[in-house]
Amino acid sequence: MRRTLRKWSPFIAAAAVFALAPALSAQLTQYDLEPRSGMESHIGNITGHAKDAKADYRRFCVGCHGELGDGNGENFPWLDPKPRDFQLGIFKCRSTPTGTLPTDEDLSNTLARGLDRSNMPQWSNLTKQQRADLVAWVKHFSPRWVSEKPGTPIQIPAEPEVTPERIKAGRDVFAKVQCWKCHGVEGKADGPSAATLTDDQGRPILAFNFTEGARPKCGSTDQDLYKIFMTGLDGTPMPSFADNIKPDEAWDLVFYLKALEPQKSKEKAIAKQLGLKPVDPNAPPPSGQ
Amino acid sequence: MGMIKQSRVGPKFSFATSVVTAALMLTILMLSASQRANALPAFARKYGLRCSACHESWPMLNYFGQKFKDNGYQLMNDRDAPIWQNPGYWPVTFRITPIWHRVSTGKVDIDTYSGGVLSGSAIQRVTSSGFDLSGLDFHTGGTLEKNFSFYVLPSSDPTASFHFETVMARLDNLFGSSWLNVKLGKFELDNLLSEKRILTLTANGGIYQLYHFIPAGDGNIFGQMGDNQLGVEVLGHSYDDRTRYSAALLSSNDGQVELSYGNAYTGFVTFSQAFDTGKAGVQRIGAYAMVGEAPTTWLTTGGALFTGANGTGPAAIGNKSFSREGFVGQFYFGQHADLTVVTQHGQDSAWFGQGYGDLIDGIVTNNNTTGTVLPAGSQAPTWNGVLFEPHYVYSPQLIFIGRYETIRMSQQADGPGSAVPSASNLGNISTYTIGYRYNPFMTSRAGFAWHNEYNWLHSDGTGPNGANINTSELLLGFDFDF
Ligand code: HEC
Ligand code: HEC
Repeated sequence: MRRTLRKWSPFIAAAAVFALAPALSAQLTQYDLEPRSGMESHIGNITGHAKDAKADYRRFCVGCHGELGDGNGENFPWLDPKPRDFQLGIFKCRSTPTGTLPTDEDLSNTLARGLDRSNMPQWSNLTKQQRADLVAWVKHFSPRWVSEKPGTPIQIPAEPEVTPERIKAGRDVFAKVQCWKCHGVEGKADGPSAATLTDDQGRPILAFNFTEGARPKCGSTDQDLYKIFMTGLDGTPMPSFADNIKPDEAWDLVFYLKALEPQKSKEKAIAKQLGLKPVDPNAPPPSGQ
Repeated sequence: MGMIKQSRVGPKFSFATSVVTAALMLTILMLSASQRANALPAFARKYGLRCSACHESWPMLNYFGQKFKDNGYQLMNDRDAPIWQNPGYWPVTFRITPIWHRVSTGKVDIDTYSGGVLSGSAIQRVTSSGFDLSGLDFHTGGTLEKNFSFYVLPSSDPTASFHFETVMARLDNLFGSSWLNVKLGKFELDNLLSEKRILTLTANGGIYQLYHFIPAGDGNIFGQMGDNQLGVEVLGHSYDDRTRYSAALLSSNDGQVELSYGNAYTGFVTFSQAFDTGKAGVQRIGAYAMVGEAPTTWLTTGGALFTGANGTGPAAIGNKSFSREGFVGQFYFGQHADLTVVTQHGQDSAWFGQGYGDLIDGIVTNNNTTGTVLPAGSQAPTWNGVLFEPHYVYSPQLIFIGRYETIRMSQQADGPGSAVPSASNLGNISTYTIGYRYNPFMTSRAGFAWHNEYNWLHSDGTGPNGANINTSELLLGFDFDF
């Protein structure tokens, strides 16, 4: 029985492909995208036009993101993480609340910065106009940009002075909201949940390791770090903590994260002086909570 | 000694009578790999990028590819170190070009016969056509570790006789700064308009005349900016590559190994700045200068050339100076059209002008031994040149190429006070090239172009009896790498 199954397996596979073919052809086609090719983007005083990015998209992006923006370029099989499927309209790097669309400026900044720990290069030496046009082109792949407006960027209060108290308080936030479950108590991406994390497509994904000196995908300034955990990386297990962390606490947490990073910083120096220990997952919640 | 053999790439108008032979030789040499480009599907494979991401049209770089190169073949992300590669990955690319071409050279002095007996000679045009091959380029390059990169290019002529066209190692982002990178070895000078990435393939159109110009009768082979040179280069750029500089210290030996030209050095510096001009694109303007010295005196032993000891070449002294400087502009007019302009003002010492300097085929033709004096009326040969290269990029897969170059002498080696003053236009050249390249497919794995090109070159007074020469070449072929 087994053997006959194996013998027939190429035919079964072929049949499966035939069965799937209509499903595949039900996917978006160039024809469906055409009506949205008038899409625009607005970044500062620059207006981007999707149509103007057609050539640049073919030149620079199509090998990964595919003709139809579905992430199915010829390099798809070899890349990890996989190129983004723009038809979903879901983006990691946003200044806007989780679940909402990013602003045009967010997308343009992402292009300029590239996404570290992935094959997505920095496109910093394209002109601002080229980037604006490409942003409009990226948007035209998803109907979300027709039916929804981008979210309102979150408010980031002015950055306070770093103090030893704030760094300690940041550690308490790290413990309380359980960043460590994924990122590990020392920020080494080895928390109890780390091994089983998957993204929305069900593909395994690694949490960020703070101790390697890697660049966060969504930016490495203090403001960027603030944004990352207050808006989340949509499409990944990295959630938004906007409902769990108050703005002032958020700054404390930013300072603590910087103390975990290997780069020289004021925060790191202070943490060293304090002899700050990693959070203890079994400890009772810090007093006052 | 083998190493004295010249790989004379670039037109040389030093000996009027040998110009024709030189032109034919050039055809072969130019088609040989020494002029070929550094297009690496190995890089495309490593990063998952299509050729078009880095190449305006393979092998010419665009600004993204230029930045990649300036970063030491790194995209500056965590995928740069070779550890990211499948261990089976080998950063190697081969390039070769099977072609058909027709070369036509005007005004060659050819013997005439009568009744089977040599009766004299007549000046005539010589034309040859047929199927042919380029040499093979064997590019390997990439990172050894983050911020340590290398490039090695053994390159052959069409008969598969190999030499090292490029061998260099680079240290990048020293002290964490993109402004400080160092390379050592044999490499292409930091020419914004790169000859190694030239889009044309014919003998005279496959090089930039401006990068190889040598006045008629001149012995200075050392100022050829288009040839890869041996030396050390410090280079740097701003984060987005808009501002770039480089400064190189080179041996004055035109890239030939084994210290074959003694103890002379040349400096080569470049600077450029690019501007974001909105819809039009990125415009770049820059300048370069090459200032150097090269020998004119060869040591002799027993009256013959001292050919060297302990693995070195002949020993030379009597350094004389030369210089080349100019501006470069790369202008984009929207998404499809661009124009590159290069200018040059060049000068050689009067000694070179009189044929001192080069050691041709290991024979001392002119030797500036003690007490040698220059003929009366000798002057430093001086010239001005300009190059225009427009492109129309229909798509990353189809590019139309044009080029016009002209170089005019402003001062001849044999000045008005000479026994036989040179005509003021002796050795001037003008050339144009037109062509297109079509890549039927564009992937991250290999490159393939159908290439079609025509070149025409005119030079003043360098033919037999001071005649002008017109040379032309038509070329069709497949240019591919994998
Ligand atoms: C070599 C492959 C590659 C190329 C070329 C490439 N990308 Fe990407 N891109 C990726 C990968 C992989 C991701 C997903 C990275 C991740 O999820 O961490 C991505 C993600 C993105 C995202 C999503 C950002 C976010 O916030 O979620 C955008 C937008 C994007 N790319 C735009 C572009 C554009 C525009 C181009 C061409 C100029 C381009 N990419 C070229 C591989 C590539
Ligand atoms: C459920 C698991 C999980 C929890 C809890 C979690 N993270 Fe993450 N985090 C992730 C994953 C997975 C990534 C990697 C996402 C990616 O690379 O696309 C990540 C990435 C990050 C990054 C880097 C983002 C970038 O741009 O590359 C930062 C910073 C970060 N997390 C901070 C935090 C902080 C602070 C907390 C607690 C407030 C936290 N995370 C809680 C899973 C988690």
